[in-house]
Amino acid sequence: MSTPVQDTDALGSEAAMNLDDVRAVNDAYPDHELSDELSTYRLPPGFRLIKTNIGLFITPLIVLIGGAALYFYVQSADKIFQDERALDWNRNLKPQLEQHLSITMWATLFTIVMAVPLGVLLTRPRYKRAGAPILAVATSGQAIPAFGLLVLAFAWLGRGPWTTIWALSLFTLLPVLRNTMVGLEQVDRSVIEAGRGMGLTKRQALRHIELPLAVPVILAGVRTALVITVGMAALAFLIGGGGLGETISAGLKLSRDLVLITGAVMTALVALTVDWIAALIEKTLRPSGL
Amino acid sequence: MTDLATPPNAGTPDAEPKAMIQLQGVGKTYPGSTVPAVADLDLHIPVGEILVLVGPSGCGKSTTLRLINRMIEPTSGRIIFDGEDVTTVNPDMLRRRIGYVIQQIGLFPHQTIAQNIATVPKLLGWDKKRIAARVDELLEMTGLDPNQFRDRYPKELSGGQAQRVGVARALGGDPEVLLMDEPFGAIDPITRDRLQNEFLRLQGDLKKTIVFVTHDIDEAIKMGDRIAILGEQSVIRQFDTPERILAYPVDDFVADFIGAGSTLKGLNFERVRDLQLADDWPIISVDTSREDAQRLYDASPEKWMLVLDSEQRPIRWVNDHHLADPGTPLDRAGAVVNAKVMPNATLHDALEEMLLSNAGQAVVVDEKGRCQGILDIERLADVLKRLRSQAKKHYEALAVQEAADLANGSGAGH
Repeated sequence: MSTPVQDTDALGSEAAMNLDDVRAVNDAYPDHELSDELSTYRLPPGFRLIKTNIGLFITPLIVLIGGAALYFYVQSADKIFQDERALDWNRNLKPQLEQHLSITMWATLFTIVMAVPLGVLLTRPRYKRAGAPILAVATSGQAIPAFGLLVLAFAWLGRGPWTTIWALSLFTLLPVLRNTMVGLEQVDRSVIEAGRGMGLTKRQALRHIELPLAVPVILAGVRTALVITVGMAALAFLIGGGGLGETISAGLKLSRDLVLITGAVMTALVALTVDWIAALIEKTLRPSGL
Repeated sequence: MTDLATPPNAGTPDAEPKAMIQLQGVGKTYPGSTVPAVADLDLHIPVGEILVLVGPSGCGKSTTLRLINRMIEPTSGRIIFDGEDVTTVNPDMLRRRIGYVIQQIGLFPHQTIAQNIATVPKLLGWDKKRIAARVDELLEMTGLDPNQFRDRYPKELSGGQAQRVGVARALGGDPEVLLMDEPFGAIDPITRDRLQNEFLRLQGDLKKTIVFVTHDIDEAIKMGDRIAILGEQSVIRQFDTPERILAYPVDDFVADFIGAGSTLKGLNFERVRDLQLADDWPIISVDTSREDAQRLYDASPEKWMLVLDSEQRPIRWVNDHHLADPGTPLDRAGAVVNAKVMPNATLHDALEEMLLSNAGQAVVVDEKGRCQGILDIERLADVLKRLRSQAKKHYEALAVQEAADLANGSGAGH
């Protein structure tokens, strides 16, 4: 079931002994390298998957239980006419959910498209000096409250979901940009040096060494951005962007706890699910060997 | 070819072999600095040999190495690679023809061992089959079982194994030249010694041109066919074979750098079989009569006499006390012979044996254990004297040659 690593130096030390070389003094320690040998045990694939990813099974469990609890709560509650209307799946909840998800998706996509290339550029020697000021602007951008940013975007671009998408992608630029830069900078210099020394061009070194090795850190930034966006998308209703915020708002206006709770719990469940999917993607795209 | 730029005492190897790489007046001055990191370096790197660049920290030896594959662009001078001026060619193309090994190894952690080794072959556009065959060949060559290591990731390797893969990867595209920057520097001493030996064995087959940087003079002596001892700004203080550098350091800088015990280290390069053995020691067979033995002993200036058995194998050391005591047979009298050396042993080993023996000298024996002669301290001292005077003569001859060249006005070499 398991294959411990074997003595790989048996061959090497034998060769050294055959060597008619009086300078050889090492034969007294033929097994030396065994001591710092990593013992890697390989479990069967299925078992290993479950064992190493146990955390990934908890989130869907919570989402399922939470979803079921919400469903039975709504089913069993006494509903007045306004409740029925606000909680109508086909008329309200489903389109709001779709809107919420599409705002999140597009905003994150724009963030990645803007932040990753910018991050790459700002870590190249030629543009390195621009890195600090641009990072400072991005940081102060995030210091603006999301609500304020939405209102500013509204004043500039008018109503609608695209205004929300642009505002949110600007708002979450920072984590992705910063993680791209940090991810690229933390790549071991000697690995790049070895690659360049073998004749990889700058572009090849970036594509085949730096970016793959930065992927885990970049994806962590993307995941942060996703989680922020999914939460902020609940404010999209303020400027006519739709989303699950509509239901929360309806619950507040009608003073109906049932509607309020449904909107809030759904938003939370969507956030958890999105984060879980992001974790799955992170896991899949992470280069093996790291 | 002599160059004025080389200090007169730096020395050049005799019978200069064909240079694989030549640095001609290569220098590097970093922007914003007035002092060059490497000043005007002329270096001939002979084909098929290991040239070791050695010097104190910060002398610019690593910079010099990185100037060769233009990881650092020189600010002056020319680099000639196999007869071709490569000072301005595309550096990426140049580097694919030069293997490069660094101390940190720098294996790509996200690629398997096979993918790591295949880096340069892939860049050179080899087909898949050829690459796979090359990977297995290189793994075997460096003492790693391909079936076991091909699909592993670098993090699953020990330090020694990783450095083997580093060397295999550098040899990937079968380059004629290998640059090695303190390749064994970060490895524990025992593994390092083994890797050095294996590398020397590998080089015995491959005959690559290798430039090897280290700050460890012992490693330089061990690995180098030739050694360039570098001072500040990579100025060559002495360039010669390890034997001659040990026998005759040209100045105080070199002497300080190779440190105490250089004479002892030099003994590693001489073998017992090349020596004139002592012939004035009395040697008798075990069945020699006491009278004959006594006569021989009295005729000799030495205080000890060697007793051989019927197969000519040395068994005892005896002196006149033992000879005078008729009660003990000669094969049990005196002291047992414990210092025996084979003709292919180095003088360093022989000296160690002599110091351990109770008689103060070593008996040289062949494979069957038969006595070939006796090695004593005087012989050893003679050898050292000879080595030193030979090296000195060599440098004096060089100085005369240079003076003559200068007088003829051809000293600049072009």
